Amino acid sequence: MTPLQIIFLLVAAISLGGAVMVVTRQNLVHAALWLILVLFGVAVTFVLLNAGFLAMAQVVIYIGAIAILMIFTIMLTRKVAKDTDEQLNSNWWGAGIISLLLFGGVILMLFQWQNFQFNLPNLNPSVDPLLQLGEGLVSPNAFLLPFEIASVLLVAALIGAIMVARERK
Amino acid sequence: MIPLSWYLIFAAALFSIGLFGVLARKNAIAILMGIELMLNSVNINLVAFWRYLSPEMITGQVFAIIVFAVAAAEVAVGLALIISVYRRKSTIVAEDIDMLKF
Amino acid sequence: MGDPVTLIAKWLEGLLAGWGLAEGPTAVVMNLIGVIMIVVFVMIMDVFLVWVERKVVARFQDRFGPNRLGPFGLIQPIADVIKMLIKENIYPQGIDRFIYNLAPLFGLFPVLLLWAVIPISPTTIGTDINVAVLYLVACGAFISLGIIMAGWASNNKYALLGAFREVAQMISYEIPMVISLLIPVILARSMELNQIIQSQNIWYIVAAPLAALVFLISSIAELGRAPFDIAEGESELIAGFHIEYTGMKFGMFYAGELLHALTVGGIFSSLFLGGWRGIGAMTYPIVGTFWFFIKAYFIYWVIMWVKYSLPRIRIDQMLNLNWKFFTPLSLVLLMVTAVLDKLLTGVPMLIYFGVMLAANILIGWGTVLILRKTRKKEAPRVAEPKPIARPDGAPPIPAITPATTSQS
Repeated sequence: MTPLQIIFLLVAAISLGGAVMVVTRQNLVHAALWLILVLFGVAVTFVLLNAGFLAMAQVVIYIGAIAILMIFTIMLTRKVAKDTDEQLNSNWWGAGIISLLLFGGVILMLFQWQNFQFNLPNLNPSVDPLLQLGEGLVSPNAFLLPFEIASVLLVAALIGAIMVARERK
Repeated sequence: MIPLSWYLIFAAALFSIGLFGVLARKNAIAILMGIELMLNSVNINLVAFWRYLSPEMITGQVFAIIVFAVAAAEVAVGLALIISVYRRKSTIVAEDIDMLKF
Repeated sequence: MGDPVTLIAKWLEGLLAGWGLAEGPTAVVMNLIGVIMIVVFVMIMDVFLVWVERKVVARFQDRFGPNRLGPFGLIQPIADVIKMLIKENIYPQGIDRFIYNLAPLFGLFPVLLLWAVIPISPTTIGTDINVAVLYLVACGAFISLGIIMAGWASNNKYALLGAFREVAQMISYEIPMVISLLIPVILARSMELNQIIQSQNIWYIVAAPLAALVFLISSIAELGRAPFDIAEGESELIAGFHIEYTGMKFGMFYAGELLHALTVGGIFSSLFLGGWRGIGAMTYPIVGTFWFFIKAYFIYWVIMWVKYSLPRIRIDQMLNLNWKFFTPLSLVLLMVTAVLDKLLTGVPMLIYFGVMLAANILIGWGTVLILRKTRKKEAPRVAEPKPIARPDGAPPIPAITPATTSQS
């Protein structure tokens, strides 16, 4: 086993353990903090995949904005998010069975696929993925349109969120 | 070297846990957290496929960035809706929010 | 050549190789030593920042500051640290113990993480990653996380309110800060800090003075220092999010805040003031360290100057300043810089910087004009008498005239 493999296994184990905590904790603030651990684990996974930009974006967007926003909302709606209440609904065993079936099915299908044990190709050292990504996002021949649509979506979400959450007089 | 399969199994497990959270949790914010887990596992898949299958094209990373944008939009609107519902019904348990039923 | 840091690193590497260590473990050991070196160096500096801060504030307030213990009171900070270490550890009732203990760590370690990418001299840099500018923003996310954890775990309403205010302020001021960070990135065409410094033959503050100003002010807001310290306004919230912390746990927050201020100075000088560039820094890299800290401490002094000169602003002023002034201004600056940079490809550097400066002056002039107009419109509204909370049926308050105020 190489050191990278050990790091990956550790990160994956911590992230999956954290994810189980996220979906089972009664105290929602604790669940949100476990969620932050999982998000950080995913960022480390991105680093292992040579996607440094995405790792940083993951930390800035998910941990710095989304998770903090969730903690805010949990605290603002705290009256009903009591730690003592049962947080799982009555059909939780059904949900568990469905999740396990899905996991088993996906794994079964992946093992049928011949590229499953694919090994790591070398990155072309003359091409900087970050530069390529930046050019790809603003080049009309590449991903300009999806990028612009994503920005429009963000603006719409911004205005929509303000309108929905505003207190009406 | 880490084979591609490890990343795919990791992502599949994360997705299943997220799905469990979405289906089994009562609180609307906890359901959103489950959705975040699922989106993250999708991102791992996208970036892993980019790195292993087509490192010369940047598509996987661009997809992941679009997923970031969609996740941010979804959380902003979702949390605004939750706060709005909380103001009217003073509950955010998903089962009790039944204003569309009659 | 002539660089002690590289020399020592070479010697250590040779020593480890001589002991028969393979290449991989040698790199790990060298990185570990580097991490320990930079953390110890920064933390020792942090201890003396307490002394610097107290001396400077004393001078601003026409006092002497610490001057009893040692020459110029230099041993005072060490006494402070000893005092903090031997204080009683108090756990308030109803706290969330694990998170309560975890939060002070988040107050300090993100600031130490920032030093990993800041080039102290041309050759002394923790790691030269190609997304360094984004990394600086990412570390800020952990700081806000620590604040909200401290506020929530303390089981105290003041702490929670303070944490809410501080985090809301940090998240909103992150936007103009990130946008103004992008302008040096456009000018240097790189996100590596060393690359940005190396391309500053003329300091970027000449090409982007407004961006530098926006970055500095939003960084002060990010620090939560006066005038942006509504999160710990003593008259309202007593101390903000760290109200329930004693001893060294409070000390971690305090050390983190002080070090963050100096770190902001370092980041600002790297981005806009040429970092380690100065006379002799190219030939003798160790001289670059001197220049870097001169600039960083100058910006730190400016931050203290602002802190001890201005009164605290209200929360609505804080939000208005960000959303109605800084965010549009930084967006305009970003667009103008990007367009001009595209138009000016291939022109001599002096013309390039001259046009950029002229554009900044024009934008600044336009901003001042708009501000004047807004002031004319807003002044009557602000001057209107505000409703006062009074019990029902109370007699109306007589209008205040200069004569009655002078009698009372």
